Amino acid sequence: MNHEPQPNNASDAPRNCSCKSGSECCQSPEPPRRGFLFAFGAVMMTLGGAVASVPVLGYLFGGATRRYKTEWVDLGPLEQFPAGETRFATFITPISSPNDGATAKTACWVRCIKSGKFQVFAINCAHLGCPVRWFEQSKLFLCPCHGGVYYQDGSRASGPPPRGLFEYPWKVTDGHLAIDAGMLPGLQETAYFPEASA
Amino acid sequence: MNLLRQAWAWLDDRMGISGLIKPAMTHRVPRSAKWWYVFGSATLMFFCLQVVTGICLATLYAPSAAEAWQSLEYIDRQVPYGWLMRALHGWSSNAMVLMMVVHMGQVFLHATYRFPREMTWILGVVLAGLTLGLAFTGQVMRWDQDAFWGLGIGAAIVDRMPFIGNEMRNAMLGGPIIGGETLTRFFALHVFVLPGLTIVFIGGHLMMVLRKGISEMPVAGQPVIPASYQTEYHARVESTGVPFWPNAASRDMVFCGGILLVVVGIAMWMGPIGPKAFPDPTMIDTNPRPDYPFLWVFGAVSLLPPSTETAVMLIAPIVIGGVLVLLPLIFSAGERAPSKRPLAMVALILTVTSIGVLTWEGYTSPWSPEMDAWSSTPTPPEYLQALTPIEVQGAIVMQYAQCRNCHTLGGAGGLRGPSLDDVATRLTADQLTRQVQQGGGNMPAYGKSLSSAQTEAVVAFLSTRCPNGEQGAVTPGALLPPSKSRRLVR
Repeated sequence: MNHEPQPNNASDAPRNCSCKSGSECCQSPEPPRRGFLFAFGAVMMTLGGAVASVPVLGYLFGGATRRYKTEWVDLGPLEQFPAGETRFATFITPISSPNDGATAKTACWVRCIKSGKFQVFAINCAHLGCPVRWFEQSKLFLCPCHGGVYYQDGSRASGPPPRGLFEYPWKVTDGHLAIDAGMLPGLQETAYFPEASA
Repeated sequence: MNLLRQAWAWLDDRMGISGLIKPAMTHRVPRSAKWWYVFGSATLMFFCLQVVTGICLATLYAPSAAEAWQSLEYIDRQVPYGWLMRALHGWSSNAMVLMMVVHMGQVFLHATYRFPREMTWILGVVLAGLTLGLAFTGQVMRWDQDAFWGLGIGAAIVDRMPFIGNEMRNAMLGGPIIGGETLTRFFALHVFVLPGLTIVFIGGHLMMVLRKGISEMPVAGQPVIPASYQTEYHARVESTGVPFWPNAASRDMVFCGGILLVVVGIAMWMGPIGPKAFPDPTMIDTNPRPDYPFLWVFGAVSLLPPSTETAVMLIAPIVIGGVLVLLPLIFSAGERAPSKRPLAMVALILTVTSIGVLTWEGYTSPWSPEMDAWSSTPTPPEYLQALTPIEVQGAIVMQYAQCRNCHTLGGAGGLRGPSLDDVATRLTADQLTRQVQQGGGNMPAYGKSLSSAQTEAVVAFLSTRCPNGEQGAVTPGALLPPSKSRRLVR
């Protein structure tokens, strides 16, 4: 099992050498091309391995370095979001693969502060991503996993979340509300989901 | 018969089978290795059962986010023995984790990890990590709401890594969302990568067991002295030891057969684990919980102070792994008997107790709001007797404002906040008003969502919650209990 070159090892002695190690015929010097061949082999295997691992690593971890582009998705006509209310809305995530099935669907909470002014919250709790639920009567979002609570403006009320709810950028075009979506919200996603303004 | 023997002799001569197997089967083990030593074999047996049932399931499971859930329902309801196959795979995985934990606990209890068996332990630690990896990826295979939101929790933890969190998360999920590429990625891990690595490391682990021998039961006053241990061990095993086959193997077979029957019985009795609700992320009426092996982690991340949890979530796995790997290298010599290792016993008891308590906390999740309590749990009728109109109104407002999601009345409701049955013994009316309006101590402020009249009504009702014979709360320094809004019920 030992592939290391061992130029002075007795096991390197020729097969038919009848003499004991240390005697004359076994002390013949290593042919120089043998060391060269090993070094050449090592270089070739390293090169071949490096080239072959490019597609493997790129295939497995390409998703990590890829820049995903979010897109504006329609949440429906403005009449669905009456002023002063917080409503549930769903959309199909713009970045999807062919066999996503139902998991391509995403939910969010739309709060219409007053006509033409919105807050669109990601469904994911800022603690560990479980889906928060809106309770109209107490004007709170409650998380079922670890008990995170948020006020109606998305700011943290109590529990373990380190910040308020994540918010999608929104715009109104042709009487429809649209949000810029596609990424799963997370604490490091600060370029896309900036810190909730207090 | 003679022909068979000749055939075997021919085959064995050409292939050298008995030369390969015999030394392993008949290697001598200490006479004292008895019933404490069966748990590793049981773990291995459940792994083999996982491989067999896993291959069976793979013949029908569709590793596609669009079809996985339906294919499990199909296996459960349409395929002959399909439900039992899934039940076996699920319950045997729990049994494998349990046997592994007991095996590891026994090895720690008897300090078997000491010289010269350090590598046996370290390879075992790797196997423990692989087993938990198989359990987590197996939970993902179920592709129900628990699997989906469990992945969300995993992704959120990975996302907290400094600098590379976002990239690591996308690499884990196979993209920026939890979707089709996430399931196929975890499928490859669950059926190829992790089982393959597990087989390799089981091979190494067993090779170490054969190479360095099974340890004897510890005897107080006979510490491990590295300089002389191996010679003495071999001398003892040669003189007083017994062959593994059939002596020690008999006990393994009795225990493994028995526990196999128990697990098959549990699988038949309990049925397949999940799949729970369909993994549609827009169906948010969900209560995600991890499988048993991870309930303690779920409990820990809820109970950690928020300011420390990112550091703990990221550093704790490294620290736990590092401690386990370094343990045999640092404590390689010395006494093995539990009675001579009081600190190690304290550490073992603390670890077992902590994991047990955190598992129980994760199972009961007292920190989670009871989402339906406000609409589905009644106010105890006796709490409403002989109330003034404003107090009755307060009871209604309290129900309506979802207070019950976090507070119990008469034993029903959420456990996030304290019970309100006797709240008037702890807080005066003024303190209640402040608490409702401004919140604090993990309670949200209701000043904006309740009108002052509603707050007054709630406080009036809560002030009646002073059980008969108990002293009502008193403002510190007050000479007499304030009379306003205070009286004893019945």
